[in-house]
Formats: sequence, C-alpha cells, structure tokens
Amino acid sequence: MSKMSLSTRMILVLTLITVLSGGILAGWDLVTKPKIAFHRLEALKTAIGDVLPAHDTYTSEETEFGTLYIATRDSSDDPIGFAFMAVGSGFQGELRIMVGLTPDMTQLTGIKVLEQIETPGLGTKIVVDPSNKQDPYWFPAQFVGIHVSPEIVAIKNVKPTHNNEVQGITGATISSIAVTNILNKQIADIQKAWASKGGPES
Amino acid sequence: MSSTISLKTEFVKGIWKENPVMASLLGLCPALAVTNAAMNGLAMGLATTFVLLSSSLMISALRNFIPHQVRIAGYIVIIATFVTVADRFLAAYLPVISASLGPYIPLIVVNCLILGRQEAFSSRNGIGRSLLDSLGMGLGFILVLVVLGIIREILGSGSIFGVAILGDWFTPWMIMILPPGAFLTLGILIALANWYNDTSRSKDGGVVS
Repeated sequence: MSKMSLSTRMILVLTLITVLSGGILAGWDLVTKPKIAFHRLEALKTAIGDVLPAHDTYTSEETEFGTLYIATRDSSDDPIGFAFMAVGSGFQGELRIMVGLTPDMTQLTGIKVLEQIETPGLGTKIVVDPSNKQDPYWFPAQFVGIHVSPEIVAIKNVKPTHNNEVQGITGATISSIAVTNILNKQIADIQKAWASKGGPES
Repeated sequence: MSSTISLKTEFVKGIWKENPVMASLLGLCPALAVTNAAMNGLAMGLATTFVLLSSSLMISALRNFIPHQVRIAGYIVIIATFVTVADRFLAAYLPVISASLGPYIPLIVVNCLILGRQEAFSSRNGIGRSLLDSLGMGLGFILVLVVLGIIREILGSGSIFGVAILGDWFTPWMIMILPPGAFLTLGILIALANWYNDTSRSKDGGVVS
C-alpha cells in the first residue's frame, strides 16, 4: 500500500467500496424485488376491488391518459366497470385516487384515495374521518352513484340535492375541491381515450 | 487512544449522557417528522440503528485503508448502501410501515447522527468499541423517538401503538400530530432532561462532569 501514490490509493479504495456496495444492492434487489412487486400488485387489486362492483377478473389497457382497468365477470366479455388512477394536486401535495366507473362511464362506482399528504385531521378526511364515529368513510362513500356529467360539484353548508353533488369537508374546502377537480378533468380524459379506442360500445 | 474508557461507558453514554437527540441535537429531522405515532418512531429508530450498526462495522473495519481525503465520500457510499438495504427490506416485508414512513427511510442517508458517529468514533476505534458505541447511540435514538411518538399519539390520536386507550370523551389535540406538536414535545422533553441533569449534578456537590 505504501508504495502506491495517494491518488491511486484513493481511486482504488473508492472503486472497491462502490463495487462492494453495488454487489450488495444487486443481490438484495434480487431477494426483495418479487416481494415488492407482489405487494404493489396486491395494493392495486385491493384498490380496484374497493371502487368497482364484484368482478372475477380485470384486464389493463394502456391509453394516452394512463392505464385503464376493465373489470369483467367470467360469464361474459362485457365490462361491468372501469377503474383508473387519477393523479393531481391536492392542498399540499399529490393525490392519487383510484376511480371506479360504470360501463357507460357516466356514473361513479366508488373512489379511494391511495396517496395524499393533506393536513392531518382536516384534509385527510378525504380518506377517513375519525371524528365521525358512525360513518368515518362518509366523504369517499358519497361518490358512489354520483353522475359525472356535466361535472361533479363539492358544495358547502347545504345538503346535496342533485345527483352530481357531494358534500364538501368543513375546514378542508381546498382538499374537497381538489378531489372533484381531479375527477372531472381525468374522467373526461379517460372517456375520450376509451372512445378513441372503440368506445364504450365495444 | 480511548482504551482508558471502559466498554460499558462506551455503550451507556449514548442512552442518556450523550443521547444523540437530547444532548447533541442530532437526527432531529426524523425525530420530528415521523413521531406522530409510536409505531412510526419505533420503526424509524430500528431502521436507523440497523444502518448505524452496519456502517460502523464496515467503517471501523476499513478505517486504516480509507485515505483521509476521500473518507467522507467512502462513508456516504457505505451508509447509503445500508439505507437502501433497510428501505427495500421494509418495502418487501413490512409494506404498511414502509408506506407510512414514506420518503423518511431513504432520508436516513443524510441523518447527521450516522455520519457524525462514523467521523467521530468508528473511524478512530476498533470494531468492538464502534459497535458498542453505535448500539448505545441507536438505543438512545429509539428511546427518544418512541417516547416522542407515545406522547404525541396519546394526545393527538388518543391511542398507543394504534390501540385506542382514551374513550369517546377525548377530543384529540390535532396540533400534536402536526409538525408544531413535534417541536413543542421535543422542547419540553429536552428542558426536563436538562433540569434533571442540573439538579442531580448540584446534589453531587456541584461538580460539572
């Protein structure tokens, strides 16, 4: 070692450390990759199951606005519902929402917010509201059966009367409106994408 | 150089006297960010301790081979390797915890507690002493994170480790699970620890050790 010049030693030692590090990470990746992929798939399946009516299987179709999941029963090829991931800005960061639609894409069958960093206790009610002990999932639950046309509206202070209205969250107006904005924009996109692929009739 | 210090002291110092969070104010980012629930604090503490122990093992073993000029680069690569190992482990085997800690596990790379111990201790001491030092520091870190997590979870959510302990009458203090709650709780804990240290020192006859 002492015969080597300092620069050679620096290069040699750092190279050895990085090669060793790369080796460890490559090996560990082989072990963990299938498990991580399995958990991702499970989470996706659970989310699709949560927003769509009971189905036997689903296929995925790539569109220009992301992946569309088409749920069917074994007895027929006709879709019983569509699901897709809507992504957009919330109050503080990105919201990722799994959206379920009826086969004609005019009504929601459910939504589930999978990722969010809204204000704890206020904006997080878009996922679950622990302060409402009888019905903690009241906010996402009211999207079931909502008509997407002309657009979904989150209203304040009054009870919803129309089939395209949901009740906004008191103290989290921006989070509530963020959800409806993301849904309105991306449901329109996915309708267009699906129509260009042969439409809901196919 | 430090052979005059007993092995027990090397281990114990990290838990109270030189506690990374309470005495040195190191690793504050994770200590404040993830302790909104006790479980998150425990998971972060364990992951950090794992990285600390493995990095110390490597760095104290390699301490005579790594040239002084490139030591920090070498340490960071070693630390980042073990952080990635811990991150992948959580994602593969404990996906729920991995999801709730989000980006804070990869951020262990820049936890100054870890680089600090490598620079101040493992690069100058043998493997045995370095591991004892890391274990003590890791336990001290876990202790603070879990205590912070328990206090904030009780007051902010009415539960401990996810188990509800306060009834319906309790209105959670939302501020405790928000960032200000972390600062308030940690500030009060550090004040109490210093007050305790001061009073116990004056009882010893005012000798400041």
